[in-house]
Amino acid sequence: MSTAPTALAEPRSRARPATADRRTRLRWGRRTPLWLLLPAAAVMLPLFAYPIYQLGLLSVLDFRQAQVSGGEPTRFVGADNYLTLLRDGKFWSVLLATVGFAAACVAATLAVGAALAILLTRVSRWPGRVLSFAAMAAWAAPAITGSTVWMFLFDANLGLVNQVLGLDGYNWTYHRYSTFALVGAAVVWHSFPFVMVTLYAGIRAIPGQVLEAAALDGASHWRSFRQIVVPMIRPLLVIVTIQSIIWDFKVFTQIYVMTSGGGIAGQNLTLNVYAYQQAFAASEYGLGSAIGVVMMLILLLVTLLYLRALRRGGEPL
Amino acid sequence: MNVRWAKAVAVVVAGLLAVGCAPSTAPSSTGGGDKTTGTLRVWLFDEPNRTPKERVVKEAITEFTAARRDVTVDVQYLAVQTRSERFRGAFNDPASAPDVVEFGNTDLPEYVAAGGLAELGADVDSWAEGKDLDPDLRASATIDGKLYGVPWYVGVRALYYRTDLFAELDLAPPGSQEQLVAAARKIRAAKPDLFGLAVGGKYTFGALPFIWDAGGDVATRSGDHYTAAINSPQSRAGIRAYTDLIKPDNCPPQQCADLTGGKTVELFASGKAGMAILGNFNRAAVEAGAANGRYAVLPLPGTKPGSIAPAFAGGNNLGIMRNTQRRTLAADFLELLASKKYQHEMYDAMGNLPTLTSARTELAATEPFLKPFLDTIAAGTRFVPLHPAWGRIDAQAVIPTMLEKIVTGQATIEQATDEAATAINAALAR
Repeated sequence: MSTAPTALAEPRSRARPATADRRTRLRWGRRTPLWLLLPAAAVMLPLFAYPIYQLGLLSVLDFRQAQVSGGEPTRFVGADNYLTLLRDGKFWSVLLATVGFAAACVAATLAVGAALAILLTRVSRWPGRVLSFAAMAAWAAPAITGSTVWMFLFDANLGLVNQVLGLDGYNWTYHRYSTFALVGAAVVWHSFPFVMVTLYAGIRAIPGQVLEAAALDGASHWRSFRQIVVPMIRPLLVIVTIQSIIWDFKVFTQIYVMTSGGGIAGQNLTLNVYAYQQAFAASEYGLGSAIGVVMMLILLLVTLLYLRALRRGGEPL
Repeated sequence: MNVRWAKAVAVVVAGLLAVGCAPSTAPSSTGGGDKTTGTLRVWLFDEPNRTPKERVVKEAITEFTAARRDVTVDVQYLAVQTRSERFRGAFNDPASAPDVVEFGNTDLPEYVAAGGLAELGADVDSWAEGKDLDPDLRASATIDGKLYGVPWYVGVRALYYRTDLFAELDLAPPGSQEQLVAAARKIRAAKPDLFGLAVGGKYTFGALPFIWDAGGDVATRSGDHYTAAINSPQSRAGIRAYTDLIKPDNCPPQQCADLTGGKTVELFASGKAGMAILGNFNRAAVEAGAANGRYAVLPLPGTKPGSIAPAFAGGNNLGIMRNTQRRTLAADFLELLASKKYQHEMYDAMGNLPTLTSARTELAATEPFLKPFLDTIAAGTRFVPLHPAWGRIDAQAVIPTMLEKIVTGQATIEQATDEAATAINAALAR
């Protein structure tokens, strides 16, 4: 506590710079971040802005295989691709399923990741290492490999799970919700390690004295978690939540592999798989791009709303 | 599994392509030539075991270049999974395109719509062996009366059944659809851990023979356009016959609703099914499994006793690129590869069924295993709509979705077929 007054007092002890000088410095001060952003912009603009521009352009064109190979001229169709999409009942039901599935996956990933992060701070060295190693292995497994292994485990006739549970012949991917639950579990298994490691680092960075002081004041574990740990790791929570939303909304591999491209009668389609099936596999690049643009807008909107809600809810990030 | 992985990779590629290619604005101009010297470029499909195919092709090249001193033939083997990217590239950039190509017969309408293939009608008509080409197969490469490919080999499906089970249960090989269904149910009733006839909701080419046999079709052609016919009374009768097999008394929906054709191969090979609808190309897989030495093959029976349900004639064509600089040379080389001599050699090397009628007759006399398949071809084969929309209908899983909705009880046959017809018409209209 003794450092604060000195730090505050310091500027006062300096001589005031001349007004003009201060302005220049201010202007330069304001510009500096822009200069610093340049290298990043040089990479980001070609890699992101240009593809997004192309995506937007394709989404207003009639662009199919014949146009790619130059067999037919490319035609501007305005909002036609978007209208096709908005009038398609299946699109809306897939969108709804995607939002629900992503929300459940995000909640489960955060819950599992946070719980294990806390567990990791409590357990002794060896169990902690085993847990970290297991998490790293899940994290490192490519999505296709992981999904395939999960399918082997849950195979109706020869899978380990059915043999252990004595459910021979039970098909986990037959009912819509059991399929979503199974795929959701695989998605969570793939993505909780990132949340766990990030939050673990955040919790470790909290000074021990703060928690000690809370304990001395008689705060319960739950209360010190809720009122001290959570606020202090809030910026990290924001990052992992946004990342999870983006990842889980865009989930493709797990659904595609585990439900053979969308499940029985397409009951397990998510937006990305639907876009692939309806558009890219069918060489309807214009329509596929329109789905891509819609997904991007939804994700931007969700992220902005989330950031706003957080700002309103309390301290700046 | 391989195909699934490849598809996942294709997604990435497709995504990159979609954002990476600047939209082209004008159709490319036709530019062919007729040089008689230089290098003739040929694209053939790669195979899991390519050596025997390569040997036959090399022999053909030796024969071809022996008479043409100034010509060399350069063969490239394309991976099947990335063929569409390669073909797209070849259509976009004639300079790096081949002259003679092998391609899947269901890909033909898309390539024709893209303007990539040359018309071959005149070449085949003036070719001595051209008249010997199976007319059903010739029709499968003909669009608007113009021939764009020479069928090189075919594959058809027939009924594989377990001879030991049939003997044990005192069953006669089925001679009609009614007997087929009865045998399937009897096997399942006697051996509840087996499927009678392995059928699946995602097995389009297993379901189509039932639809065609009942007089239905995916879409019918009138004049120069197709209309969905999947909801016609005949199609519905065929679909009912097929989906009635995905019931607990044969192949319960829990296990069979999402079976693909490939899965039914595994089930039959591993001894989990009494019967299955498999292709002549599945022989090796079946003989690698528990069913080896305990099975026989029959043509898939139709509803009328003694009839054969029409099979889908899958296979590959040979074609010539529209932009070739060596039109006559390309046609000569194509005719050599497709000749009876080399069709026989390709059968010996790869097990590919010939497309020339006389070649098949000769084979049937020497290879008893092939008889049911050759009988099936002789009884008449069918094909999917010759329209670029078929690629879309297939990619959008219209038929599997329809079948799965019916077998899981999500929709009645009427609702599901009407819905499929709407989807098919929408694809055809684009």
